[in-house]
Amino acid sequence: MTNSIVSTGMQTSAQGDGNDPQGPQVRTARGQNPVLRALEVIGKGFRTVWEVPKARFGLILLALIVLSTLFAPWLSPYDPKAGDFEASIGPSAQHWLGTTSNGQDVLSQLLWGGRVSVMVAMVSGLLSTCIAVLVGLSWGYIRSFAGEFVGFIVNLFLVIPSLPLMIIIAAYLQNGGMSVIILVIVLTGWAWGSRVLRSQTQSLRSRDFVTAAAFSGDSSWRIIFHEIFPNMLSLIINNFFGAATSGALSEAGLEFLGLGDSTTVSWGTMLYWAQNNNVILTGQWALLLAPGLMVALLAVSMTFINFGVDRLSNPRLREGKA
Amino acid sequence: MKGRHVRYFFGKIGLFFVTLWAAITVNFILPRMMPGSPADAAIAKLSQNGPVTPEVRASIEAQLGMPKGNLLSQYWQYLGDVVHLNFGVSYSNFPQNVSDLVGAALPWTLTLVGLVTIISFIIGTALGALMAWKRGTAVDVTGTISSSFLSAFPSFWLALMLLFFLGYKAGIFPTSGAYSSTAIPNFSMDFISDAVEHSILPALTILLTSLGSYVMGMRNTMINTLGDDYVTFAEANGLRQRTVMLKYAARNALLPNLTSFGLVLGGVVGGSLLVEQVFNYPGVGLLLYQAVTNQDYPLMQAIFLMITISVLVANFIVDILYGVLDPRTRR
Repeated sequence: MTNSIVSTGMQTSAQGDGNDPQGPQVRTARGQNPVLRALEVIGKGFRTVWEVPKARFGLILLALIVLSTLFAPWLSPYDPKAGDFEASIGPSAQHWLGTTSNGQDVLSQLLWGGRVSVMVAMVSGLLSTCIAVLVGLSWGYIRSFAGEFVGFIVNLFLVIPSLPLMIIIAAYLQNGGMSVIILVIVLTGWAWGSRVLRSQTQSLRSRDFVTAAAFSGDSSWRIIFHEIFPNMLSLIINNFFGAATSGALSEAGLEFLGLGDSTTVSWGTMLYWAQNNNVILTGQWALLLAPGLMVALLAVSMTFINFGVDRLSNPRLREGKA
Repeated sequence: MKGRHVRYFFGKIGLFFVTLWAAITVNFILPRMMPGSPADAAIAKLSQNGPVTPEVRASIEAQLGMPKGNLLSQYWQYLGDVVHLNFGVSYSNFPQNVSDLVGAALPWTLTLVGLVTIISFIIGTALGALMAWKRGTAVDVTGTISSSFLSAFPSFWLALMLLFFLGYKAGIFPTSGAYSSTAIPNFSMDFISDAVEHSILPALTILLTSLGSYVMGMRNTMINTLGDDYVTFAEANGLRQRTVMLKYAARNALLPNLTSFGLVLGGVVGGSLLVEQVFNYPGVGLLLYQAVTNQDYPLMQAIFLMITISVLVANFIVDILYGVLDPRTRR
């Protein structure tokens, strides 16, 4: 296990900067061609993730889901909101997944609805990761009373149970639509990432390359974002997919409870209407099965991608002998 | 050395009280930050049945215990109410007390969600340890893939699926509530078996959706401990495989998993809102859902406070236990 080959760009640069006398030269090479260097790192990182079979499955699955929602206008057979078909019929050749109680085509709703669900997952994942990075890195680097205070706030957000908090905020801000849903997901989702990124920052800040940068007179801001940040990219990506996964699940849950904008078509609201219109009693299994399965597949794809991303950051978790 | 330990525990106790105060304060500020007032919401509901006179409005505000005075005196009043567990009257179940409603829902949630959480933790941890030990084999791969799938399932969707296929299609299990509508809650064998039958589908849902995180958590920490020197040393000393697995690797990997278990156990009080909603199970989660849909602010506030405090207490106990079990954290 200890002699496993360090195969990623980020790992190499972390070790090179820290222990290797070649470190400074590596950094100048990067400085000369920042774009090429960045592309090279991304390419290497992507290849490492791609080499893990589970992550490859996740990437392909995610790509399929994203593409199917992007091409919804061309792929979907009907207008998702037009209720001009016979209501509550089961799967048939015209309607592969049947119709809703309002006579809308379920397959078209599924394709269009994915747009909202995927978008909310990605945006909330991105926003909570941004906050987690800002808070986690500065909190881990600064050792002062301000750090203690930030720590207190983060811990407070960690212990306040998130689903009840989300539901209560969504209830107070009624009918706020997508932005409220994203807001509550981000508000309850940033704290965990901050804690993880903070402990990694703390362990990196005592490394030689950080000390060297501090001695050469770099500002704290520069050290945090030019020295520490690049070495944590894999953890940050990991955090993004984790946050987006829980964002997808939270969004579906909130909309299922009717706390989103129930007039938009998304996987969560499809399930909300399915339950409200007693689909269980009319026996339309396809309408019940499909939207939840899509949410599950979206969450699964990102969980599986993280198996590959884990490999970037934790050599001990590397699969097999690769 | 000893002074350091005392400082660790006192630090934890101090932090607990400061966090408790902050959580109680958040619960005070949250509704006051939001647009609209509870009385307006209640009056809006009433006005659907006809015009509301100023007298009616005044009496509603008096009945609902509308905040009077400036923010500071309201806050003082609120703190007093919290200490005396006086959460006022529910809007939606008028004139029942909030405390009585919560008290009626709590036993259902505690038995169902509490028991399932403990079972899930035990099964999940055992499976995770086994998978880490047999790393790379078929057991590990199947376990990893299926637990990732299970934890990606939206819990309410799995609940709907089980309800549809096992409840309605196959008709094996009852489809709603915690007991038959004709039964009267008591401690007879008949009633208990009826309640157990009603709890199987919700229990199965909660078990399946919560298992994955314990399995993966235990597997990943144990893979890390298996790489540690003391485990290699134990193996090199020729200890039995079972001993190495259970007494060296699993025992040390258990600690971080215990932390998340403690937090989840604290959250049990909040019930499993989505699952309880699907099965119409009369627990705290369903009560909170009903409070939210009826804009029953006193009930909402009380349940939220109760959940937060119990998570805090659980967190505190885990912190203290951690300090006792793992001396390294006391540094």
